[in-house]
Amino acid sequence: MVFNTSMSGYQEVLTDPSYAGQVVCMTYPLIGNYGVNRADEESARPWVEGFVVREASGVASNWRSEETLDAYLKRWRVPAIDRVDTRALVRHIRDKGAMRACLSSVDLDERRLLEKARSSAPMENRELASAVTTARPYEVAAVGAESFHVVCYDFGVKRNSLQELARAGCRVSVVPASTPAAEVLAMRPDGVYLSNGPGDPASMTEVVEEIRRLVGEGVPVFGICFGHQLLGRAFGGTTYKLRFGHRGGNQPVKDLLTGRVEITSHNHGFAVEAESLPADVEVTHVNLNDACVEGMRHKSLPVISVQYHPEAAPGPHDAAHHFRRFIELMEHERAVR
Amino acid sequence: MPRRTDIHKILIIGSGPIVIGQACEFDYSGTQACKALRAEGYEVVLVNSNPATIMTDPETATRTYVEPLTVESVAAIIRRERPDALLPTVGGQTALNLAMALDGEGVLEEFGVEMIGAKREAIRVAEDRELFKRAMEEEGLPMPRGGFAHSWAEAEAIVEETQYPAIIRPSFTLGGTGGGTAYHPEEFEEIVRAGLAASPVHQVLIEESILGWKEFELEVMRDLADNVVIICSIENFDPMGVHTGDSITVAPAQTLTDVEYQTLRDMAIRVIRKVGVETGGSNIQFAVNPENGDVRVIEMNPRVSRSSALASKATGFPIAKIAAKLAVGYTLDEIANDITKKTPASFEPTIDYVVVKIPKWNFEKFREAEDVLGTQMKSVGEVMAIGRTFKEALFKGLRSLEAVRPLRLRDVPEDELQRKLARPNSQRFSYITYALRSGWSLQEIYRLSRIDPWFLEQIRQVMEIQKRVEGHALEEIPMDALRDFKEAALSDRRLAYLTGRTEPEVREYRKRLGLKPVYKRVDTCGAEFESFTPYLYSTYEEEDEAAPTTQRKIMILGSGPNRIGQGIEFDYCCCHASFALRDAGFETIMVNCNPETVSTDYDTSDRLYFEPLTFEDVMNIVDVEKPEGIIVQFGGQTPLNLATRLDEAGAPIIGTSPDSIDLAEDRRRFGALLGELGIPQPENGTATSFEEAKECAERIGYPVMVRPSFVLGGRAMAICYDERSLDEYMRTAVEASPEKPVLIDKFLERAAEFDVDALADETTCVVAGLQEHIEEAGIHSGDSSSVLPPFKIAEEHLDTMRHYTRQLARALKVRGLINIQFAIKDDRVYVLEVNPRASRTVPFVSKATGVPLARVAALVMAGRKLSEFNLPEDLTVRLERFYIKSPVFPFKKFPGVDPVLSPEMHSTGEVMGVGRTFGEAYAKAMTGAGLELPTEGTAFISVNDSDKGQAALLARRLARLGFRLTATVGTAARLREVGLEVESVFKVNEGRPNIADKIRLGEIALVINTPLGRASHFDEQAIRRASLQFNVPCVTTMTGAQAIVEAIAARAQTEVSVVSLQELHAKKEVMSAE
Repeated sequence: MVFNTSMSGYQEVLTDPSYAGQVVCMTYPLIGNYGVNRADEESARPWVEGFVVREASGVASNWRSEETLDAYLKRWRVPAIDRVDTRALVRHIRDKGAMRACLSSVDLDERRLLEKARSSAPMENRELASAVTTARPYEVAAVGAESFHVVCYDFGVKRNSLQELARAGCRVSVVPASTPAAEVLAMRPDGVYLSNGPGDPASMTEVVEEIRRLVGEGVPVFGICFGHQLLGRAFGGTTYKLRFGHRGGNQPVKDLLTGRVEITSHNHGFAVEAESLPADVEVTHVNLNDACVEGMRHKSLPVISVQYHPEAAPGPHDAAHHFRRFIELMEHERAVR
Repeated sequence: MPRRTDIHKILIIGSGPIVIGQACEFDYSGTQACKALRAEGYEVVLVNSNPATIMTDPETATRTYVEPLTVESVAAIIRRERPDALLPTVGGQTALNLAMALDGEGVLEEFGVEMIGAKREAIRVAEDRELFKRAMEEEGLPMPRGGFAHSWAEAEAIVEETQYPAIIRPSFTLGGTGGGTAYHPEEFEEIVRAGLAASPVHQVLIEESILGWKEFELEVMRDLADNVVIICSIENFDPMGVHTGDSITVAPAQTLTDVEYQTLRDMAIRVIRKVGVETGGSNIQFAVNPENGDVRVIEMNPRVSRSSALASKATGFPIAKIAAKLAVGYTLDEIANDITKKTPASFEPTIDYVVVKIPKWNFEKFREAEDVLGTQMKSVGEVMAIGRTFKEALFKGLRSLEAVRPLRLRDVPEDELQRKLARPNSQRFSYITYALRSGWSLQEIYRLSRIDPWFLEQIRQVMEIQKRVEGHALEEIPMDALRDFKEAALSDRRLAYLTGRTEPEVREYRKRLGLKPVYKRVDTCGAEFESFTPYLYSTYEEEDEAAPTTQRKIMILGSGPNRIGQGIEFDYCCCHASFALRDAGFETIMVNCNPETVSTDYDTSDRLYFEPLTFEDVMNIVDVEKPEGIIVQFGGQTPLNLATRLDEAGAPIIGTSPDSIDLAEDRRRFGALLGELGIPQPENGTATSFEEAKECAERIGYPVMVRPSFVLGGRAMAICYDERSLDEYMRTAVEASPEKPVLIDKFLERAAEFDVDALADETTCVVAGLQEHIEEAGIHSGDSSSVLPPFKIAEEHLDTMRHYTRQLARALKVRGLINIQFAIKDDRVYVLEVNPRASRTVPFVSKATGVPLARVAALVMAGRKLSEFNLPEDLTVRLERFYIKSPVFPFKKFPGVDPVLSPEMHSTGEVMGVGRTFGEAYAKAMTGAGLELPTEGTAFISVNDSDKGQAALLARRLARLGFRLTATVGTAARLREVGLEVESVFKVNEGRPNIADKIRLGEIALVINTPLGRASHFDEQAIRRASLQFNVPCVTTMTGAQAIVEAIAARAQTEVSVVSLQELHAKKEVMSAE
C-alpha cells in the first residue's frame, strides 16, 4: 500500500505499469471528477492492485471524458474503495512505511485479513518487470523526420515516454525486459532508453548484467526511474527501499550543475545509495526534501539518468528537457564516432 | 543566493483604506512582508493611511507613517527617510499605481530608490492591456481574439476574426457606457458606430465573447534564479463574466484533467517569464471553453492579491512572506517551509482537502442598486471553508456567511427563475437549490447558469442527503443518514429545524451517538511530511490530529467575513488579544473563517481553527481544547451574539459577563439602569408591531430613530419624521417579533455626537479616547469623521462624559473594553448607546494615543489589574496633535444609489490624518480618503434657511482663500446681503445649464449643500451623484462644511509635513510598557 500526492492525473496513475503489485491511496480526496478518457492512458490497462480514495465522483464532468471512473474500474475489475479516512491512512504509511495490505468486501474478519496481507509477497526482492513488459518487440515511429533510432527496454514503460522520444525525432524499438544486450546492439541503436517499472531493482541481476554490457559498449544510455536504479546497480552501486517512497507531482529536485530547481513527477519506492557509487559516476540531481539521489551521469561514458519522470503524465513538465539532454548525448556520440 | 547586503532600508506601501476590491488581505500580506524583511535585518519604512491595520502598529515596521497615499506625501517620506529600495507589490493596486506614479514623476530616480519585486517595465506590461496583449502574442499565448478599431472598416475586419457574439467596449468612456454584445452583423454595426462616437479617442475594443467559459486562476511564484512554482490552482464556480472577487471559488481546480492543468501551468510560467516579474507572487487568470478545452489568457496581476491571500490560507504556503524574501535576493530553495520545517519552499503545495471561498455582499444596504453581478466587484467580504469534500467545504462556507435571513423562495415563476439563473446575482445559490427542488434538470440549470454540472451535482447530492432525514423523528434517523448529513457539513441547527427539535437537543443526541467532528491539519503536503503548525479544520472522519496541549490557554473568537459595520477593526483587536496573551504565557487559540485577515495567519496564534463562528462549531472546539477562557468581546457582533448561549453551555467566557452584555443590549434593563444612575438618554421605547411603534413615537414625539435590536453598523436604522415613514419602515425594513423588538428613540436633531472608548476593571476605569464627531448625531458613527482630542466642546461636558463612562463601566462590571456614544443637545449630555465590547474605533484610538487598548484589555480580561498599567485617567488629554479618522464609501460601485449619509452605515473603511492643527489633520484625512481638496476654483453653496447665517461666514472665508462663489437663488441673495460677490446658478429643476451640469463640466471645486427638505430631494441627489462621479468634495452638513474649510485653509497655508508614529509616541512608550 502506497500513497500518491498528485491532485490531478488519477487516470495516468491507474495505468502506470510501475504501480503493478501495489494498492494506491490518493491523498487528494476527490477522485473521478473529470472521468476517464482513452487519450490519457499511460498503458493499455490499469495496473494498480487496488485503489483507495476519500470520495469517488459518481459523475464525470469534462469534455474529454468518455466514461466515469466507477464504470472504468468495474470494467477492468480493479478493486477500489472510497469513504476511507485517507489522510489517516497516509499518516500511518508515512510513519510506518509502505506496507502489505488487502482490500476485502467479502471477508470482514480483521484477524484473517491481517493474515492475508501478511502472506502476500513483500516488495523487497520482488521482480515485477516480467509481468508488465511487452511480450514481443514493437516499434513507435518518429513524429516528423526520423533523426535517431532508440531501443527502449520496457520494464513497464509509460506511453508518454515513447511519445516524448518520438516527438524528439526518435524511432523507438520497444523490447521486452529480458532482451540480451547483444540483440539490442545488433539493432545498431543511436541510444538505449531504460524505462520506469515496478519491483525491486535488486531482483534484476540478469538485466543489470546486460545493461553493464551495453554501457561498456559506449552506447548512449538514458535511464529513468527503475531504469535509473538499474544503471546505479550496473555501475556497482546499491539500491535501498525508501520508507514510503516518493509518489506525486510536486517533488523539488535540484540540478547540482545549474543550481536550478525543477518540480517533478515521482513514482519510486527504491533509490540509489549515493555513497555506493564509484568515483566515475557523478550525482547530478538531488531531492531537496530528503537529499535522495535523483539523477546521475557517468563522467566518461555517455550515460545519464534521473530517478523521476521527465515524461510527467501526470505532473509538471519541468523535467521534459532531460529528453533533450538524451538527444544531445546521441548527437554528440554520432559526431565523435 | 544570500540576501542582498547593498540595501538596508526598504519602503513598503500599504493599500490604504478598506474599499470594495481591496480589503484586509493587504494587511495580511503587508504585515507578513514587514515582518519577514525586519527578521532579515532590514529597516522597514511603512506608509499606509489606514490606522485599523496590524501593519501600521508601531511594532511592525521600523518607521510607520499613517499618511495619505499620494505622490506628494510619499515623496515627503522618501525625502526624509531615504530608503534604498521600494517594495511595491504587497499593497494591492493602490501601492502598485503609487509606485508607478512616484517613478513617473522622477521621485525614485531623484532619491536613488530601487524598485524590488517587480520592475517598472514588468508592471507596465502586466497593467497595460495593449502591451500585455502584444507580449502574449509574441510568446504565442492565446488571448481573447480581437483588437482595437478606430473606424467601421477596421471593426469589420476584426469581427471576421472574433465572430459572433462579439463584445464591444469603447475606450475611455465612463463606466463602459456605449458598449455591448453583438449577436449579428446588424447589431454589431449599430453598437460599433455608437461606440466610436461615444469614445473620446474614437476607439473601440472588439473581442470574441468568452462569457460562460470556465474561469481558472493560478498563483505563481518566481525567484531571481528563475525558479517558478505554482502555489495553488483555483477554479471559479461561476463562469467567466462574474468578477472573481464576486465568484464562489474552489481550490484546487476540480474539473481539469492533468493534461489540461499542465497546459495552464506551462502557460502561467511562460506568462510570468515573458512579463518579466522577477520575484514574488503573481496571479494569472485563464478562461477555458468547456466544450473543447480552448484556453485564453485573461490577465495577470504582478503582485500579491486577494487570490494570493486565499491561496496562502488554502495551502499553508505564505506567499507574501516568501515574496518579500525573494525580493531581497533569496531563492526558493534557500527558504524553509514553516509548516514542515524540514523541506524547502521550492515546491508546489499539495492539499488533501477542498477549499471553498464564498463572497459576502451587502446589497441590502444599497436598496436602489440592482443585485446583478458582473465584471465590477461588489462584494464587501468573504469566507473560506475547508472540508474533505466539496460538499463539506461549500456548506461550511455557507454557514460561515452568517446570512441573517436565508432567502426562502416560494412560488417563483418559471421565467423569473430562468432569469435569476442566467443573470448572476448574489442570491443565485438559493435559486439553484430552488430549481433543483422544483425538479429542474442539471442540464437545464447548467444551460442557463453555465455553472459546471459537477458543482451542480454536488449541490443536488446534499439536497438528497437532507431529504433522507426529513420527516423522521430525530431518534429514528438511521445512523448512516445522520453521518452523511454531518459529513456534508449540514448544521445541527438545520437538523433541529428539519426534525422540529431545538439545537441543544440535537447536539446532545449527536454527542451521545459519538457523532463528533475530528480536526485535520493544513500542512502544504498532503500529510507526506510531519506538520509542526496546528492549523486545523473540522471534518467528520476517524482520526483526530488536534492534539490539544495541557497548557493554560485562551480562545479568541474572530469576527467572520468583512461586512459594512464589521471589518478589519475587529480583526485588529483579535490579533492584539492573541499577541498579548501569547506574551503573557498563554497558549492562544484563534477561531475565524475570514481568509483575508491577519488573524487567520497561522503565525498569529499558537493554534488556528479555520471554522465558522456558530454555536455548534465553536462548542465543538471548546469540547476538544477545553480553554480556560474565551474572549467574545473583540470580534464585533458575531461572537457577542453567541455569548449567552456559550455561557449557558458552560463555556468559560472571560471579560465582561454575558449578563452585562445582555443588560446593555436589553432596552428595558438598560433604561432602568440609566434611571438608577441618573444618566439621561433620549426618550425611547420598544415595539413589536406598527401599532406599538406608532403609540411609542407619539408618546416621545417625532422625529424618531428606529432600528432592530442586536445589529451592528446601523443595519436597517432610520430616522422617521412622521407616521407615514414609520409605517413604511415597520412594513418593509424589519421583521419585528417579541424576541427581537424594534427600538425607538427620540431623535436629537442637530446634536453633537461623541464616541468614548474606555478600559475598565472592577476598580479602575481609563477613558481612552473621547472622540468628537464632525457630523451631527443622526449620521452613523462609522460614517462620521471623528476627532481626537475633542475640538469644540465645553470642558464641563467632557467631565460629564468621563463621569458617565466611569459610572457605566462600574455598573456593567466591565472587564476590558467599553464603547459609549453620547449626544449633546442644548447643553445636556445624553447616552445614546453602550457597547461593552471592543469598538470600531479601538485601533484608531490606539494609534492616536500610543496605547494598545486591545492588548491592555486582553490582559485585564485574563486577570491583570488595570491599575498595574499606570495609565492616566484620560489618555486623550496628553495628545499633542490632532488625529482625525475619516470614512471611505463604496457608492461609486453602486450606480443609482444616492450617496447620502444616514443612520445606516455605508462606509467600508477608514483613514487617519495627523496634524498640528485641526485643519491640517482633516486635510490629510480627506486626502487619504481619496478627495482632492481644492485650493482654488468655484465653491457652490446651497443651504437651508437655518444654515444661512453660518454659510455666510464660511463663504466669506472661502472668498478670502481665493475661491469664487456660486449659489442657488435663495442662498445667493443672503450671501450678497453680507456683501459677497456671488454668481447664481440654476437648481437642477430650474433649467440648464444647472449646477449638476456645471459639476460635470469640472467648473465646481467644492459643494456645500445642506438638505432643504423633501421638495429639493431630487435636486440634492443629482448634485451628490455628480460630485461623486467627478470626485468633487461634497458636504451635506454645516459642521462638515466648517471642517472642510478649515482643511482647505490649512492645505493652502502649510507645506505637506509627515511624521511617523514612532516619533509621535517616542516618549510615551513607558506608558504602554507592562
